[in-house]
Amino acid sequence: MAPLIEVRDLRFRYEDGTAALNGVDFRLDAGEVVALLGANGSGKTTFVMHLNGLLGAERSESQGSIHVCGMPLNKSNLAAIRRKIGIVFQDSESQLFMPTVLEDVAFGPLNLGCSAAAAAERAQAELARVGMAGAAGRAPYHLSAGEKKRVAIAGILAMDPDILVLDEPTTFLDPPGQRSLADLLRALPQAKILVTHDTAFARSICTRAIFFQSGTIAANGSIGDVVDQFGWDFAPARSSPGH
Amino acid sequence: MHHVVLERWSRRSSPLHRSDPRAKIFVLLVFLIVLATTHRDLLVIACALGGLLMMGIVCSRLPLAGAVGRAAVVLPFSLAFAAVCWLAGDPARGVYLAVKSYLSALAVLLVVSTTPLPLLLRGLEALGAPRFLLMVAQFLYRYLFVISEEAQHMAKAAQSRGATAAGMVGQAARFRAAAGALAVLFARSYGRAGDIHRAMLARGFQGHFETVTALRFRRSDVALAIGGSLAPVALRLAVERLT
Repeated sequence: MAPLIEVRDLRFRYEDGTAALNGVDFRLDAGEVVALLGANGSGKTTFVMHLNGLLGAERSESQGSIHVCGMPLNKSNLAAIRRKIGIVFQDSESQLFMPTVLEDVAFGPLNLGCSAAAAAERAQAELARVGMAGAAGRAPYHLSAGEKKRVAIAGILAMDPDILVLDEPTTFLDPPGQRSLADLLRALPQAKILVTHDTAFARSICTRAIFFQSGTIAANGSIGDVVDQFGWDFAPARSSPGH
Repeated sequence: MHHVVLERWSRRSSPLHRSDPRAKIFVLLVFLIVLATTHRDLLVIACALGGLLMMGIVCSRLPLAGAVGRAAVVLPFSLAFAAVCWLAGDPARGVYLAVKSYLSALAVLLVVSTTPLPLLLRGLEALGAPRFLLMVAQFLYRYLFVISEEAQHMAKAAQSRGATAAGMVGQAARFRAAAGALAVLFARSYGRAGDIHRAMLARGFQGHFETVTALRFRRSDVALAIGGSLAPVALRLAVERLT
């Protein structure tokens, strides 16, 4: 079966000369939920920004190849690929830029060419799916962090993507919000890539983990094995309080 | 925040709230032209036009004192210019300037308080306002609150480390710290603008905002456009004939 995403020898250097990706090979199959782990600055976010051409599509600093649903990533395929991959950004505040929740969720479908009525209908349906049907007329800044995250996900789902990419999805969420997000993600049929430091959250929904180190993939395997190999769980020192 | 209150007011229900934004903007334009071009008997005409606005505020079920108070936000600016006129030996011009600017602000406030922002922008776009300008207005409205919140967080962080407004005066090092904080705020706003742009591109943005908000120009809107624009003209003509 053809992979949903296939990346070969991806290299990228920022304008200041920093080498962010140094030959990344990656494959995502249908139904997979993959956690991208690694230290800050190891290249995780730079990598996912390449998947729908937000970085690298028009820059000579980027080398290697990316195929999404069989399509090579290039300028002529950019619109089609952005339809296939939905990215939920770390800070939902930056993603919810329209004056009302309904307008925001309908933003993607309208850009895809839906009529206003069809886009509104699709937006309402996705808001209902993420449990935010009652918020359609509200302004995004009146929402809690968890609600913003749900609306941001609805905005992506409204574009009907085959792949969901979530960058640090648990940031700003309290434990009930994290549980509720995990339940929501488990219920969504799309293949998913999660960029995260939250290994407990990743363990609860991911089928595989990849560990980034200095712009390369240092490990690829089950989440338990990868976390153990790099000691990536939070393990408090065994000392008495006050020491 | 002023714009949060105005947004809450704009979601209320009244005949003026339900009117098409194009009709309201048209009436506002006529009102402003009548006010701006009035030179004879300005104070009497201003009283009549002010009465008209108050009637509009009451009919729109907005708090009269709140609206009248909020429109006074322009007074510090117009009074500064009025003071210059007074010092230049033309106190009447100064009074006229203050009266005209206050009534203009009250009229704009009435329209903004009875029209949710998405509809207001749609109305302005339909009447030929430049799209780029409207996009800037929309983003400013959406993110003013976020940036102001960030500034408040930074101020609290500074206060928690002993900074006081009084301590800034005459202390070059502390003044530099405040300037540095302002620079950080600019840098964060710039970074957020980049994030927002990436989020827009990821959802297929191609340079033009579509929206699900449909405008309907009904008979009552025709009546408002005609009646609302004739009222200030008739008032002015009547006062000028009588005096």
